[in-house]
Amino acid sequence: MSSSGLRDSHVQLNEDGSLRHFLTIDGLSQSLLTEIMENAERFIDFGQRKIKKAPLLRGYTIVNLFFEPSTRTRTTFEIAAKRLSADVINLNAQRSSTSKGETLLDTARNLQAMHADMLIVRDSHAGAAHLIATHLNDQLQVVNAGDGRHAHPTQAMLDMFTIRQYKPDFSKLAVAIVGDVLHSRVARSQIQALGILGVPDIRVIGPNTLIPTDVESLGVTAHTSMETGLDNVDVVIMLRLQRERMIGQLIASEQEYFKTWGLTQERFASTNKNAIVMHPGPINRGLEISSSMADSPNSLILPQVTNGIAIRMSVLSMVMSGVEGVKE
Amino acid sequence: MSNTPKIPAVEILLASLVDELTADAYSDGVLVGIRRGGAWIVDELQARLGRTDPPGYIDISFYRDDFAMVGLQPEVGGSELPVSIDDAHVILVDDVIHTGRTIRAAMNELFDSGRPKKISLISLIERDGHELPIRADICSLRVSLAPNEHVKLLGPEPLAFELVKRNREKK
Repeated sequence: MSSSGLRDSHVQLNEDGSLRHFLTIDGLSQSLLTEIMENAERFIDFGQRKIKKAPLLRGYTIVNLFFEPSTRTRTTFEIAAKRLSADVINLNAQRSSTSKGETLLDTARNLQAMHADMLIVRDSHAGAAHLIATHLNDQLQVVNAGDGRHAHPTQAMLDMFTIRQYKPDFSKLAVAIVGDVLHSRVARSQIQALGILGVPDIRVIGPNTLIPTDVESLGVTAHTSMETGLDNVDVVIMLRLQRERMIGQLIASEQEYFKTWGLTQERFASTNKNAIVMHPGPINRGLEISSSMADSPNSLILPQVTNGIAIRMSVLSMVMSGVEGVKE
Repeated sequence: MSNTPKIPAVEILLASLVDELTADAYSDGVLVGIRRGGAWIVDELQARLGRTDPPGYIDISFYRDDFAMVGLQPEVGGSELPVSIDDAHVILVDDVIHTGRTIRAAMNELFDSGRPKKISLISLIERDGHELPIRADICSLRVSLAPNEHVKLLGPEPLAFELVKRNREKK
């Protein structure tokens, strides 16, 4: 085994460098991220076709194994899998046998015994998808749909894909990620993806209590003022305040938070001309972002959702790509 | 000892297709080329036939039956079909017909876009090695090749056939 040990990036790649699982952005190459986006481009028109399906994954069984609530991610994964003709089972694990004490691995093994070909896993614990991928590596493919505060790689890729549609040259961009960076797996995956794609100016903006202390080691600059942080940026990514993950008093009050960190038209005025605004959803109007900003022409919050289907079709097909050739 | 046949110039093969396509039976058809080789040929045919109605192009990447073995193929350009192929006579065009699997995939994709009145199949070359009951309605040249011999259309500028020896594609 190599000295770098069991990094996700080794587990998730085949020997030829293609995707075997999709667990994290960390350690992936620029060419692989570009390939994910280019394949997504091919799927973007599918929604307009008479029959919104291709038979690529016909006969495969994909299980959405979600231990945390989700609407957008679970639904777009389901639509993506169905457009590729896979059979999809949605397991709302809060109500299944995990509540009777079954471990995550046992649940995964049971699904494998039912001949599931792929698990799409969301869990509140960092490393959940990685654990399944490591133990069931030869039997099924695993896609991470969000694990604790660690990673949400398909969300990051759909955000990169959305940015690319409007700002194709990553090497010229300034991107600001605003809000609850501390609890955000989305922010972590985005920072990694932006770095790999060559974005020279990545900033995080938020109160000290919600910015990880070691954040600058990820290659970003930290700002504790919206005014300086948003100055001349091309892309503003707002994060949801994750109150369900907060322990203790991290913000004074919601009104106070919006007053200092909320994105309003006035604050947005200091960004570059034609700057775009994104948010992974669900948005809290009047908390992270004003209604008029969320609904403004610069806001790409809904195109992000549409792009999520194409990106997930791309990832699912790449992970299943050549799977029988590999097993041989 | 190889009895490899000589492949005539693309120009000659194209001229012979154009002759056949001017027949009445094909005047109502819309040309649809399978990317990439078939699409290049469609562009040549459109010009030679003086057609101005837009042709169609099909990228069969998402309909291949060997996806599980060889995976997703690199980008070949995407499908672009005319407004509607419902009730249309589709003239499906490919460069070389071999096993018939590409044509099956293309027909599956066509039927996901509508219900054509009729599909005709034309190609520059049809070789032996069929694995499906699919034959060209019109083709310029029928040849017999060894199993490891393949004709490949290079293009788009200029178009030329190349004879290569290799075993069946693997990733």
